[in-house]
Parts: sequence; structure tokens; C-alpha cells
Amino acid sequence: MTFEGLQRRARDEWQALSESAVPLIQVGTATCGRSAGASAVVDALREALQREATPALIMEVGCIGLCFAEPLVTIRKPGRPAVCYGHVNPERATQLVSEYLLRDNPLADWALGTVGEGRIEGIPELFETPVLRPQVRRILRNCGFIDPTNILHYVARGGYTGLVRALGMARGQIIDEIRRAGLRGRGGAGFPTWRKWQFCLEAPGEPKYVVCNADEGDPGAFMNRSLLESDPHSVLEGLLIDGYTVGAREGYIYCRAEYPLALERLHNALAQMREQGLVGENILGSGFSFDIHIKEGAGAFVCGEETALLASIEGRRGMPRPRPPFPATSGLWGKPTVINNVETLASVSLILQKGAEWFAEYGSEKSKGTKTFALVGKVKRAGLIEVPLGITLRDIVYGIGGGILGDKRFKAVQTGGPSGGCLPEALLDSPVDYESLTTAGSIMGSGGMVVMDEDTCMVDVARYFLDFTQKESCGECVPCRLGTKQMMDILTDITEGKGREGDVELLQEVALAVKKGSLCGLGQTAPNPVLTTIRYFRDEYEAHEQGRCPSKVCKALIRYRIVADKCKGCQICLRACPVGAISGERRQVHTIDVGKCIRCGVCLEVCPARFGAVECVTGQ
Amino acid sequence: MTGLVTSFGSGAMTNSIADIVRGARGFFVIGSNTTEQHPVIGMGIREAVKQRGAGLIVADPRRIPLTRLATIHLQHRAGSDIALLNALMNVLITEELYDKAFVGERTEGFAELQAAVATYTPEATADITGVPPALVRQAARLMADLRPLALLYAMGITQHTTGHQNVLACANLQMLLGNLGVPGGGVNPLRGQNNVQGACDMGGLPNYYTGYQLVASQEARRKFEAAWGVTLGSTPGLTVVEMLKEAEEGRIRAMYILGENPMVSDPDVNHVRRGLERLDFLVVQDVFLTETAKLADVVLPGVALAEKSGTLTNTERRVQLVSPAVSPPGQARQDWEIICDLAKRLQKEVPQGLFAGWNYRSPAEIMEEIAALTPSYGGVRHERLGAEGLQWPCPDLDHPGTPILHVGRFPRGLGRFVPVDWLPPAEQPDEEYPLVLTTGRVLYHYHTGSLTRRVPGLMELYPEGRVEVHPDDALKLGIADGGVVRVSSRRGSVTARAEVTQRTQPGLVFMTFHFAESAANVLTIAALDPVAKIPEYKACSVRIEPVA
Amino acid sequence: MKTLRLTIDGVTVTAREGMSVLEAALEAGIYIPHLCHHPDLKPVGVCRLCLVEIAGRGMTISCKTPVEEGMVVKTESPDIELARRVAVELLIVNHHADCLSCAKDGACKLQEIARYVGIEEERLQRLRRTTRSLPVDSSNPFFLRDPNRCVLCGICVRTCEEIVGASAIDYAFRGYATVISTLGNRPIVQSRCESCGECVARCPVGALVPRQERNPAREVRSVCAYCGVGCGLYLGVRGNQVVRVRGAAESPVNRGRLCVKGRYGHGYIGHPERLTTPLIKRDGRFVEASWDEALDLVAARLAGYRGDQFAALTSARCTNEENYLLQKFTRAVMGTHNIDHCARL
Repeated sequence: MTFEGLQRRARDEWQALSESAVPLIQVGTATCGRSAGASAVVDALREALQREATPALIMEVGCIGLCFAEPLVTIRKPGRPAVCYGHVNPERATQLVSEYLLRDNPLADWALGTVGEGRIEGIPELFETPVLRPQVRRILRNCGFIDPTNILHYVARGGYTGLVRALGMARGQIIDEIRRAGLRGRGGAGFPTWRKWQFCLEAPGEPKYVVCNADEGDPGAFMNRSLLESDPHSVLEGLLIDGYTVGAREGYIYCRAEYPLALERLHNALAQMREQGLVGENILGSGFSFDIHIKEGAGAFVCGEETALLASIEGRRGMPRPRPPFPATSGLWGKPTVINNVETLASVSLILQKGAEWFAEYGSEKSKGTKTFALVGKVKRAGLIEVPLGITLRDIVYGIGGGILGDKRFKAVQTGGPSGGCLPEALLDSPVDYESLTTAGSIMGSGGMVVMDEDTCMVDVARYFLDFTQKESCGECVPCRLGTKQMMDILTDITEGKGREGDVELLQEVALAVKKGSLCGLGQTAPNPVLTTIRYFRDEYEAHEQGRCPSKVCKALIRYRIVADKCKGCQICLRACPVGAISGERRQVHTIDVGKCIRCGVCLEVCPARFGAVECVTGQ
Repeated sequence: MTGLVTSFGSGAMTNSIADIVRGARGFFVIGSNTTEQHPVIGMGIREAVKQRGAGLIVADPRRIPLTRLATIHLQHRAGSDIALLNALMNVLITEELYDKAFVGERTEGFAELQAAVATYTPEATADITGVPPALVRQAARLMADLRPLALLYAMGITQHTTGHQNVLACANLQMLLGNLGVPGGGVNPLRGQNNVQGACDMGGLPNYYTGYQLVASQEARRKFEAAWGVTLGSTPGLTVVEMLKEAEEGRIRAMYILGENPMVSDPDVNHVRRGLERLDFLVVQDVFLTETAKLADVVLPGVALAEKSGTLTNTERRVQLVSPAVSPPGQARQDWEIICDLAKRLQKEVPQGLFAGWNYRSPAEIMEEIAALTPSYGGVRHERLGAEGLQWPCPDLDHPGTPILHVGRFPRGLGRFVPVDWLPPAEQPDEEYPLVLTTGRVLYHYHTGSLTRRVPGLMELYPEGRVEVHPDDALKLGIADGGVVRVSSRRGSVTARAEVTQRTQPGLVFMTFHFAESAANVLTIAALDPVAKIPEYKACSVRIEPVA
Repeated sequence: MKTLRLTIDGVTVTAREGMSVLEAALEAGIYIPHLCHHPDLKPVGVCRLCLVEIAGRGMTISCKTPVEEGMVVKTESPDIELARRVAVELLIVNHHADCLSCAKDGACKLQEIARYVGIEEERLQRLRRTTRSLPVDSSNPFFLRDPNRCVLCGICVRTCEEIVGASAIDYAFRGYATVISTLGNRPIVQSRCESCGECVARCPVGALVPRQERNPAREVRSVCAYCGVGCGLYLGVRGNQVVRVRGAAESPVNRGRLCVKGRYGHGYIGHPERLTTPLIKRDGRFVEASWDEALDLVAARLAGYRGDQFAALTSARCTNEENYLLQKFTRAVMGTHNIDHCARL
């Protein structure tokens, strides 16, 4: 079949779906939805539909990104806008069928918003709600709206026209298009994508390879997973364009095995591409032949580093090697190789579909386009977001995120995963782009964004991230292997009240040596949490040195005690204490045995608020 | 060796270790467990394969360590080498993949070869070799692709009743592929012991004087008669196995054994014992009281390599010098001095001849005599050997040595294709002895073990002889891994611990001969290759049973 | 090969194309600290000690940087100082530094680097010292593997992979727990290790040390007594004993490499079971005899078996000269061609 034929079929199917005479129910069943219970919701919907004998179409879709409201169900009745519901559980699902489908009561209280033309009384337009209004949905345009297992849906919404356009262009033209779009690598380092491609194209050596880095390893980051689960073809199209442009015949997708659904979606998408002649020999009759292999990673964080990733594909232990030579000249099996991140490739598809100028509409001077972030931590509305580069941290945290949970005080936001820096309130108005974040001591990374509130101890946070990076260090180069461990040991001592004089200076010294001396990005960025917390929260380090944890997190530096004149002797805390550290007769003031107390904080939690008799103190 | 003389006119490793491991684009290793028997060459092959992507084709009945790296492993049955080699040539000729220019310009007898291998299609030989025809084709095509290709073989080729023919087949294959006279190619027999090449070069053979000058040649005989001032016969003498047979029958009555241990190393050890015991007089000159020395009437203490000076010739024809590092223990004497002393006692009058005497001042002086009588060693002198030694042929003092043989021309002119036919091993498995025994060495031991068994660390790493049995056979025979088994042949039986392993193939058991107490050579057959007189160590029929 | 000129610390140095900056510096007699570099192996750049600054490029490791014409290299700068000193200090506080009881004391690369960098005890005191003690692998009779002294330079791994080709060891685990390990972290004798000792010969610290070797008083160039490869080696002698064997790098045969037998299988040389005197069998028992007694007896008996009733076996283990003499003896004195050896066995 020709591409035009495929497009016709796709448009027909999409039209039939949008003009469906029966209601269309979309359930977000990406990993995030499933972990919130979306599968049970699907079952409940089916059951209810069967029981009520009412016809409706259930479609499992990917993720819109409103994680705070999962599971999400969107119902579109003929002639009406679709209504997106949040926090749907099986009972609510059953009710949605009986109330909205059968009785036309849209249950506005549960609705997050409407999508599409028309309004429904009492329900806002979804994209006009505070969480979505500041966002620009381009990369995520299809996520949550199409069936990710159906290539026709992707094609119907403009998919693969970027490839078709590329196949009609000279390689240099494509590279120029990417250059004009100003696309920079979305994996974190922000290297201009066009330049990487150019290097590979010009590098001597055959065959050439292109690799999609889908080894998303930052804890709390799920941009790539979501995209692969919700719209896999947008990435695969980018990989094809990439391969065509640099003259490769083979491409790899390196995806972690902990993403089973993403892998399933990729395998499925690849099979459909093969059926449609979009991969394999002589793609769409263009003479361009290209095949894609899916390689599963085994969960090493360092394998997200491009040279370690290549080693892993080659079947060796995933250990980085020094660059140069860069993969563009000597990559997979020593051949010129381009490695691009999932989101970069999805952006490539868009650029070729819509043009460089369209892509560059958004963004700042040096950071063009939109970028997805996994906004997590102590915000009211956590989720997967897409924003124009250059937006301020405040707009993200307070606008999209809705501010801090429990209206506590903001303390810091960490960008860029475990190797990112922690930025304080004073920097909330700085723009999110590659240069600004680096200047502030952090990194863009692949898009993790962790918000911390006043209850977070920044020394403990630094220790926590160092614990992660030192365990995930490949162990090969000296500064990273021993330096991260040393920093963690010092931080542990500090949080345990065993810090020594000069530890902060020592930490800084080791951190700088690790940053400057390490072989790969892991080691070069691992000290960031240490350096930024010292830079912005030095007072907390000093407090720890004096035996105080201002946020009352570090157990060695805190004590729980019962305020004698508030204690009513109700024995609630006494009964709740897991180690029997509390004593006191009924109606007598209780006391906590500091020697027995394990500082779990249960007494504080259970003491009725009206008494408020337990308090946590730190310092002398 | 006799095989290569027939094909090329000279019998030795054609190429150098360095040019093979650095230059070969491919390796064909047949009948050589290189990483265990010639470990440093094994390292070189692995380096070539792993570091510069050279291809590797291994033909071996066992899954030897090299097969892990091999592009193709042809696991043929023990004793089916010719069928396999002919099948490979059949494919090369049928598919016209052979080197026509080389065959046309440098060889003769191609038509005969073509006719002879015509019936050896991969399909027709599959029953003999057990190798799937498609794999043979794939291997042949790969060989044609990977040029230069170095062929390496060892005792797995020669220790058969058809050993001579096996070698001819190897030579045929390499000539067909045009891999002779080029760096990285060649037919390369890997010699077992540190100076086995030298012992042959020096005329330690019943049919050759030094440098392969034939005993039967009148010219050579006259030369040596003149040099030594004696009359010499023109009929070749006896080979080891023949000597022992003659001894058993009372026709050989006295023997002098220098540093050899036939009581462990030779086939059918019981027959060896009978032969040695029947002798009137046996002298053994060695460094330890070996199993053989124990049978002697007089034992003469020689010295170890670290205690002597002299030259050794390695497998690539490189003559190298050793100097004494330590002094010998007790009254042990330099071996050369012992022989000279004895010769003088036996030769009351010194005959007339330039080299008739026995009054050498040093091994260097002996080398001068060797050089004078041996064209290929003509330019070898101790003082020329330095750090790198010299590779023969080195005909005169200005000659730099010859790293690669047969460049541009073979000693006999054209290389000769000598077609050979497959014949089954002398002994076939039957109901009584249903398994085939093949023998070899392991990394941690050496030959009869008289040295390595005295190194505690090596004994710790490999303490005893084992019998490798395939799991299929083990299951059938009720043999457990580590259990003691009795292995019997028509000639005797030994017990040893079994190692149940997939290294071997069903129907094939493997033993080493390092350990006198479980000596494989009690079992082996003294059937000889009629030309090269090499015993068939690599195939005999045995029975195996668990010992309660 | 093309020759290039570059400047290192103001000194003009000539180098060959394809060399690294580190190699060029070392060849010119300019020391740059390095731990994971080994001339026989491909550079990996993991120790991060050979840092230099290259004009126009900033700080980089010199072992992986190819020389270029006109390159200007500095081996010292504050950044280099910091990164290198911290790395060395970290190595030391994570190392079992009981140097006097270490076999590598005096020949240890870490000591050499520490001396160059200059270690202050006061600075070391500030750092957290390791309390970890990992078990020593003493399963191999010829060498010990002590992970507590290992600096994870990977020279052993690369030796086993690139030179030996056995690939018996690799890095295992991650982060601080990283060790050099066999498959499944089993004792080395249960791995694919062939005990060749090539890694032991290259280990820059005390992590891989021979168990029985001692430093020799002198060395004698020789050839291995085992197989037909004929590897060149040096016999290290102390008193009248061979105490160490090492491969001869200049030998075109083995380029310095040896196998387990060649390197460690020399214990037979001075073995107590060596024959030290001629023996004559009398009434079925051997009795010691003088050389004259023994040789007179042999001569007297052999005189009666000249011709084809005599046979001799010469030896593939003796020298060319000895083999020549025995065949000359057999042919010229005993008058027979019955001479052979185990060439075929």
C-alpha cells in the first residue's frame, strides 16, 4: 500500500471514531494509570456496560500527564465534548455508566474538564484549567488521546508525514531544518542535535548506526516511559528520519527492562511498521532500507550514559569510556553512531512534520521548543508536563503544580534527576533553559523536577542523592567510585551529628575533584546536589555541625518530648510507641525515655491535635 | 612431517608464529587443542580473533576451549579427518572458490585431486564425519573468504594410522586455497616438545641424518662416512614402536634411552614393558628416576635445561640458545659430556675423518660440526643466535634465516597435490568395546608428567588423570561425574575418575597420558601409520564401566 | 611513521603519530602520574591521574589524547593538582596500606604516585578511611588475589582479555562495591583462569602477587623447557635456585608472554628427587656408583651389542647438540640406524 493509501485508511478510521454513534470511553492505562488502578476501572466499565446492555466503545489510551488525578477516564458522547474524569475508581466508573451514559448526568463534581467543541454546564475546559493552561502540548499531543497500539491513529494525526517529507529531502537539507529549529538534545546535555548528525554523516566508516536512548533511569522521572507507552510511533518516526539522514541501515532502541509496557508498545509498533512497509527493505519505495532492534537494558543507571549504553548493546558490561572519540565518529562496534534521547527523536518527527519555524515558535534564545518534565515531590498537582523552554520555575511549581502540598513553604526544587542541583526560592523566577540551569549549578537533565518543602533537610537530601549515585557509579573511574562514597560518608556523619570541623570545606573539595576528574557524566554531575546545597543552604550544614537539624529530619539530631502542661495522660502515644519508650499512668503526664526512643515520630502523629502535647526538638 | 616432504619437499611449520598471529585473516585449527597444548600460540590466536576480528574455524571431535571463539566448529568424529578435508576441497572445487592462479602456477596434480575428491561431497561424507553438510559448505566458503588463512594442526592429525595422509590432505587444502608462501598462511604443524623439531633436524630419526639427509641416499652416506671416518649402512633403522617390538622378540638386545619415558608415553604400555624387560642391557640417562629408568641396568644422571648450554629448535624452526642458570645437583653431568665420554671408552681408536673425534670443548663447537654437515644449519653458530635466534634454512653465515618457507617456489619445484582417501581407524568400536578413546594433554601437565608432577602447584590445579565422558554415555552406563571408572581395551585396563562433560561427543571418551597410574597408553593401540610410523593415539576402541 | 613536535611544560618533544600525549611524555623522560596505563594494553582512562591541560582544550587525560603537531601541553595547574591529589588521597584511604607486609612494597605504582603527588598525613586524617576487609582469594597455588589492595585499574582484566584472550575476570558489582571478579564471583581456580600469571606480572599494586616467588639476584636468558613453542624467558636465580621466571619481551616467539607451566612450572629443577649420582642395578636394586664405574660398565656391555642388536632413543627434551651426538654415537660408534625419539608421540 502507498503512504497515501495508508493515510486514507487512517483518516477514515479516525473520522469514524470521532463521529461514532456510540459513546467513546477512553481510559488511561499507561503504567501510571495502571498503578493507580486503571485496569480495575476498565473491568468495572465493561461489567457495567454489559449489565446495562448499553453500547459504548472502550479504548485504552496512554497518559495525559495528570498523575495527581489518576486513574483518568474520558467519556465522549455523540455530539458532545469529551469529559475527562479524575480519581476514577471501580465504583465511580460504574456510576459514570449509569449516571452519565444512561441518564445524561455528567457528574460535574468528578470532572476535570471538557475536551473538544462545546461546553457542559459546570465543567471547565480541560486545557483552560490552571494545570494545563501554561502548558504547550506538542510532544505529548497524542498522549491520552490515541490508541497507542494502533498505527492508524498516529497516521491520522499527521504521523509519518515527517518521514515522507524527509525521504524527499537531501540529507544536508534535513540537517539544516533541524539546525534552524534549534533542537538541542533532550537527554540532558543539550548538545545541538543537528551537529551530532552532521558529525556522524561526515565520519568515515561503514555501517553507521542510530540509537534511541530510552534508558530513563532518574528516580522519579517518567517522561520517556510515558511517551513510549502513549505514542511510540512519534519516537520511531524520529529514529527513521535520523537513520535516513546519517546514512544508517540499522537502529537500536535501548529501553530498560523495567518498562515492560513501553517495550510491549514498541514491539507492537514495530510489527505494525513492518506490515505497512515503514521499516525494512526499501521503505515506502524510497530505496531507503532500515531496520530497528529493541535492546532491553538491565537496570543500571549508568547505562543511560551513551558510551555505557553502547557497551551494553555490544553485550559488554555497561561501563562508560572517555570521549573523544565521540560516538558520532566511533560508536557502536567502533562505527559512527548517533545516539538521541526519546524526546529528541519525538521532536525530530514534529520538526519534519511541521517545519523548523513552527517548532522554534516557542522557547528562549538558545533553548528552542518545548520540553517535558516529570513534576513530582511536594506539589499539589504532580504530573507529566510539557512547557515552552524559558518558562520560570515559579510558573511550573505554583502555576502548573498548584503550589506546595499543605500550603507549606517552598524550600527547593531539584531539576535534572539525582545529579541535579537543588535551587532555592530566590531562583524561582529564573527561566528553565539549558544555560540558566547550568549557571545556577544544576542541569536540565532529561526532565526530572522534584519539589521540596520546608520539612526537607537539605543535608539529608544531598546524602540521599549521593547514596543513589555512589551505588549506581559503574565503579570504573577513581574519582566517581571513591569520591561519591567519600562524600556520602561525610554527609552521613554530618546527618548523624558526627561531623568534624572542616567537613563542609572537605566536601566541597572532594566534590570539585569528582566533578572535574570523573570519566563520564555520572561522576561529573553527581556532586551537584552537594555543591548546590552548600551554596544555597549552607546554614543548614552549619546547624548540623552545631547539632541541630532545622527541618527535624535527621534522627540523630532530634528528640521527641512530651510537654508536661499539655499532656492529658490519655495513653494514646504510649500505646502507639513501637518500642515502649513512653511511660506514664493514666491521667498522669507521660515521659519519653530518650534512650529507648527510635525517633519514629509516631507519638507526634497520634497525639490529638487538640492536645499537641508531643513536640520534636533539635539542638541542645 | 613425511607428508609435507611429499607435498612440498620439506617438512616443517611453513610460517612463523608472529606472522600467523599478526597477519592471518583466518585460522583453520584441526587436531590441535592449541590453548592447552601450545598455550602461548593459543593466546595469539585468541588475540587475533578478539582484537582484530580474525575468523576461526575449528575442526575437533571435542569441544576444545578454542571452539568458544570459533566462527564455525566442525565437530567431526575421531579419525574422519580425511573425509572432512576432502569434503571441504570438494566444495571449494565445485563452487570454484579455490585459488586458480596459485593452483595453475605453483602446483601439479590438480586434475587427480579433483577426480579424487569428486565423490567426497558434504552429503556423502556426513555419515563418516557426523558434520552437517551445510556447515561444511559454510566453512569452505569462509575459508575462501578469509585469506590468508593459516592452517594449524598437531597430533590430532598425525597420530592416526592415516596420519601421513591426513597431513597430505591438509597440504592439499592449503595449496588449493593458495595460502602458501605468504605471511599469515601456511601449513603449520605445532610440535609437541620443546626440542622435538631439533631432535628431528639433528637426525634423531632412523631414516635421516641431520637436516633430513636421507639414510638411503648414497651422497649423504658418503658425506657422513667421510666426516666420521666409518662405514654406514644405507637401510633405515627402526622406529620406537618397531624397536620395542623387536626387543620383545629378542632381536634388539641393548638400548640406550636419553631423556625419554616410553613406559608412559608409548602406546600399549604393557607391550613396552615386556620389550624393555626382555633386553639384555638397558641404559637410561635422565634427570629423574622415571618409570622407564626403573627398568634400567644403569642409570646416568643428566642435567635439566636450566643447567646446560646449547640450542633448541622450536616449532617454527627457530634455533635458540640457552645458557646455564644454575649448577646441576650432586654429580649429575652434562649430557653431551656423558655421551662423549662413553663414545671415547667404546672407540679405542679414533677413526680418520674431519669430525670423527669426540673431544669437544663446548656445545658451541658441536654446533660448528652440525653446521658443517647440515646445509639448513650451515649458518647457525651460537654467537649468531642472540635474543631472537635464527630460523632455518640458514645455509651460510650471512643468511638471515627464513621466516616463511615456500615463498615463490617449493623445494621440490611445484607443490604436489597427492590425493588421499579416507580409511577408518585401525580399530573400530564393536559390541565388546563400543566407545572410541582419544588421548591428549591438559594445560597444567606436560607429556609423561615427570616434570609437572613434581610442581606442587600444578598438581593442586590438576591432581589426577580424568576420563571425559559425554553425559549421554554416562547416563547409559550409569557413570557419575567424579565417580571412578574402569576403562578397558584389548590391551589392558586402567581406572580413573570420570568427568561427565559436553566437551566430548557421544561415543567418544578422552584421557590424558600424563599420569602413569591411570596411563591412557595402557589402552592405546600400537597400530602404526605405515609411512610415518606414528601410532594411532587418537582413536582406539574401549569399554568403560563404573567401579563400585 | 610521521614524526610530530609538541611542547610539554615548555620542553619541545618529538613523538610519532598515533602516540598518546602520555606515551610521548614518558618517552621524553617527562613523568606524568598514571595507574591504569600499560604499554602492552589499550588505554582506557579510568584512573584519571594522567590529567594534563592542553592549550585550547582544557583539562583532559593524556593517555587517551593522541599527539598533534604543535600541541601545547601543561602537566601542572590548580585544577590538575586538585583532581589528582584528591584521587590519590582517596585511593590511599581506601587501600590496605600496610606497605611493609606487602609483596609489592618498593615496586608499587601507588607508592610511586603518592611520592610524586606528595601526601600529607594531616589531609588523610580528614578523609573517611575504609573499614572494609574483603576476603583474599588464595585458591590459586601460584598467586594471591587481594581485593583490599586493588585499585581497580583494570590492567588484569585487559590483560586477560586483550593478551591472553581467556577473559576469566571482569569488573563486577557497582559503585564502591565494584571488584574484579570471576564469573559468579567464585574463587579464581573455579573460573576460566588458565593461571598463566600474565595479570600478576602486570599488576601495578599488591592486589595480584605471586605466592612463591622471590626477587632474584641475577637473571639468565633461556628458553622454556616445555612445549614446542619455545618461549623466550629469563630464569631469575638466587644462590643456586631458580626463584622466578619472567617472559622475554624481546622474544619474537612469545613477546614476553608465558603460560602457567613456563612461568610457574620450574619447581622440578632443584627437586629433591633429582638423580645425583650414577646408579647400577645389582640384584634388582639400584646402588650408587662412580662415573668411571658406571661408564666402564656401560661401555663394556654395549661393546657386545654393536650393530642392529642395539637401539637408542634420543630426546625431544635435549639440545640439538646432544641429539646430534647421540645419533652420531648410534651411527658411528654403535654402527646402526636404530635411533628414534618420541617425535610422533
